Amino acid sequence: MAQDNTLMALRGLRKSYDTQDALNGLDLDVYKGEFLTLLGPSGCGKTTTLRIIAGLESPSAGEVYLEGQNITQLPPEKRAVNTVFQNYALFPHMTVEKNIAYGLQMRKVPKAQIAVQVKAMLELVQLKDYGKRLPSQLSGGQRQRVAIARAAILEPKLLLLDEPLGALDLKLRRQMQVELKKMQKQLGITFIYITHDQEEAMNMSDRIALMRDGRFIQLDTPQGLYEHPKSTFAATFIGETNLLSGKASAVKDDEVLLDIGGLSIPCMSSDWIAPGEKLCLCIRSERLHYGPSAPGGKSMLRATLTDSRYAGGERRTTFLLPTGQSMVARHTTEGEELYAPGTELCLWWNQDTAVLVPDEGGQFA
Amino acid sequence: MKQHDLKQENKSLLTVPMGLWALLFVGVALLYILALSFLNRGEGFSAQGPATLDNFAKLASPLYFKALLISLRLAFTTALLCLLIGYPFAYHMARAKPRTRTWLMLLVIIPFWTNALIRIYGWKILFSAGGPINQTLLSMGWIARPLKLLYTDFAVQVGMVYAMIPFMVLPVYSSIERMDWSMVEASRDLGASPFKAFLTVTVPMTLPGIMAGLVLTFIPSIGLFFLSDILGGSNTMLWGNLVNNELLKSRDLPFAASLSVVLLLLTGLVILLYRRVGGKTEEMVF
Amino acid sequence: MKKRSAFAPVYLALVLILMYLPILVVVLFSFNGDSSRNAAITFSGFSLQWYAGLFSPEKGYSDALMTSLRIALLSVTVSSVLGTLGAVGMLRKKLKSSLLARAGNATLSLFEQMTMLPIMIPEIILGIAFLALFSALRLPFGELTLVLSHISFCVPYIYITVKSRLSTLDPALNEAARDLGASPVRAFMTVTLPLIAPAVISGSLLAFAMSMDDFVISFFVNGAQTTTLPLKVYSSVKVGVTPSVNALCTVMLGVAFLIVALGQLISAGGARRRKRQDAMIREAT
Repeated sequence: MAQDNTLMALRGLRKSYDTQDALNGLDLDVYKGEFLTLLGPSGCGKTTTLRIIAGLESPSAGEVYLEGQNITQLPPEKRAVNTVFQNYALFPHMTVEKNIAYGLQMRKVPKAQIAVQVKAMLELVQLKDYGKRLPSQLSGGQRQRVAIARAAILEPKLLLLDEPLGALDLKLRRQMQVELKKMQKQLGITFIYITHDQEEAMNMSDRIALMRDGRFIQLDTPQGLYEHPKSTFAATFIGETNLLSGKASAVKDDEVLLDIGGLSIPCMSSDWIAPGEKLCLCIRSERLHYGPSAPGGKSMLRATLTDSRYAGGERRTTFLLPTGQSMVARHTTEGEELYAPGTELCLWWNQDTAVLVPDEGGQFA
Repeated sequence: MKQHDLKQENKSLLTVPMGLWALLFVGVALLYILALSFLNRGEGFSAQGPATLDNFAKLASPLYFKALLISLRLAFTTALLCLLIGYPFAYHMARAKPRTRTWLMLLVIIPFWTNALIRIYGWKILFSAGGPINQTLLSMGWIARPLKLLYTDFAVQVGMVYAMIPFMVLPVYSSIERMDWSMVEASRDLGASPFKAFLTVTVPMTLPGIMAGLVLTFIPSIGLFFLSDILGGSNTMLWGNLVNNELLKSRDLPFAASLSVVLLLLTGLVILLYRRVGGKTEEMVF
Repeated sequence: MKKRSAFAPVYLALVLILMYLPILVVVLFSFNGDSSRNAAITFSGFSLQWYAGLFSPEKGYSDALMTSLRIALLSVTVSSVLGTLGAVGMLRKKLKSSLLARAGNATLSLFEQMTMLPIMIPEIILGIAFLALFSALRLPFGELTLVLSHISFCVPYIYITVKSRLSTLDPALNEAARDLGASPVRAFMTVTLPLIAPAVISGSLLAFAMSMDDFVISFFVNGAQTTTLPLKVYSSVKVGVTPSVNALCTVMLGVAFLIVALGQLISAGGARRRKRQDAMIREAT
């Protein structure tokens, strides 16, 4: 509850079931009006977290605060939080209108006003003429919009969305991502969004909370997460990264020498790095360049080209280092030079695009 | 902490009325007759102590023991005949076209829902000396005098099978319907004749239905006293008739209770056996 | 397989004929023109004579019918409430393995077993047990004892149908209702109940038929002043005099047929709707 514009806070949230610990101590501040995404592999605890915030489950330990108030013990119907469920959970025996009106009816809003609000919401989600239809008569994308309308009409302080676009095909998903973001800005509601699709998270979020095994690994803006991952997990979960593992051999003010199997690579320094520390250098594959020689002043390695694949406008080239590690470079095929497998080339990159992270034992190589 | 977890909200309290009702009326009642079976008869429908095994000793006597054996044999043959007649029926029903199947299902269910008494009464008419069967046979010259069909063991057996057949057809049908036909096709593909495929694939795969059907036709057969009453007359003394007699004519509630307890034990035994060989009680409720 | 296809319809027809033969006989003889002593077994010409005055008071059939209806309606009403709530309460077993939770689970299991017992054991045992219990409790034998015993064997039918329907219901629907502001009771009434209503109805119809047709249990817990329709049929058959019994039976058969048809219609409508809903949910996941 540090800042004034903190809408919701999680403190020390834990959840264990008989056989496993789903959440292992979560702390989080969510700010008013932001689009925050919980991102992570299946089973990392993002849905559990969401359900606890919604009140559909109770934590084993820890608290949930909404606008400074402890709501941990409140039942879901008393929280100013609403959820868009993964498979929409539209009431099959009610029309679209009745579905959307449900929450207002529960609040005993007068009928006339409900009618007005429902009409406005239908227009907002572009389902103006679908009011009298049943959910079974709608397409996936339409149902999704009804689910959002049904929750958003209640003007909750916080809207929770559990992988709402998961069931849609790629094109529709991309479309809906734009629409959702627009809607969020229009309505001004704070969104907490769940997805396992990192591209989606990067596209839509103001901030991303990367999760694994019931813990937050990194909480950052998309750019921060992409450009400055703080762990090998973060580096590999988003985008494609080359990991070079080695040891810090010499630490200077602005430079660290990374010793990988005998080769010494200069990297940008950080204050947490000590000599002898086991490290991984993360280089995005699109930031890795190759050629017969490296332009002056760049970090470089010599490696042998082992594989070269064309992937529709993009090429993926795999290299084998003398240390036995391999690396992948991606670039557009426009103006490219082709080399045969077996050719020895120079690999180079800009030092400030490569990041050093602690080596976690090679789990994510 | 447990307050609002939707998974753990105390909805279970809703089951309490139903459960208490059952415990009180069914559980207590059954325990009561268990207790009664160890007592002697008293005034009217009451009983008096001391606790004794007299009733059970009486049951072991040849008269009652013979009646028990006859009842068991009848129930057994009923179940078997139901299987022999009902299985092919269910089989062909399951293999019929969907529209035919719905009609067949309807036709099977209707008698199941109508009063058993009415249907047994129909057999009484059919079997009587001046009834349709005898009349037809006489007029066709196949017999010289009317056959004694009514008040025979034959009539009772026919009535039993007739009454119990839906209880075989329905579970077997549901079992056959759920079967994976590709297994049969695979065995045919590997060279088995239709009959062999039936024996080695279909029958084992529909075993759950068969077992459920056998249990469902066996258990009630022992207690259908009105059937043996109407079709068998006073000659037939099946277990159910004995219970009825002891209660209404001799007014010996404790003895009738002991007869019931034996029947209950038998039922329990059959169900236990059924569970032992892998039967699930869900199968029994189609 | 060619051989079978000729055998199949023949066999099916044969068995069906045998199944309906007694029913047809009863119905046929209700139209017997013969009013002699042999009317019950010898057929001669059509007549509606036995239907006339079928429900005149001296025959006692209308009384029996009214009693049966009263008992059935009352029993089904009470058992549908007990059975539906019972099924709803059995929804989820507690996940925690604490001692209290396990005791709770065991109790629920016991409740379920006890409830299902009446349809698993021979009715005659239940009849005797009720007789013994009611006489020990000094209850007057008559409509009261009939209703009490009928409820006991009607509940399982409703419990089973509702429980089965509930197991296919998406739990997220209830959660969504709560999330949108409904209290647990309102969520149940506005979302769960409407969706399980067809199951409650079809279970109730089944229970109604079971109650109307019950003979064995009613036989034991009956009182001197009261009689139900099946009991009346039994006593008439035992005496075995006129085909008016046949007429009565025909009417009962007709009603049973209507109820079954009604039940099938409702369940077919519900099943169609449910198939659409299930397809919709499957699409979305």
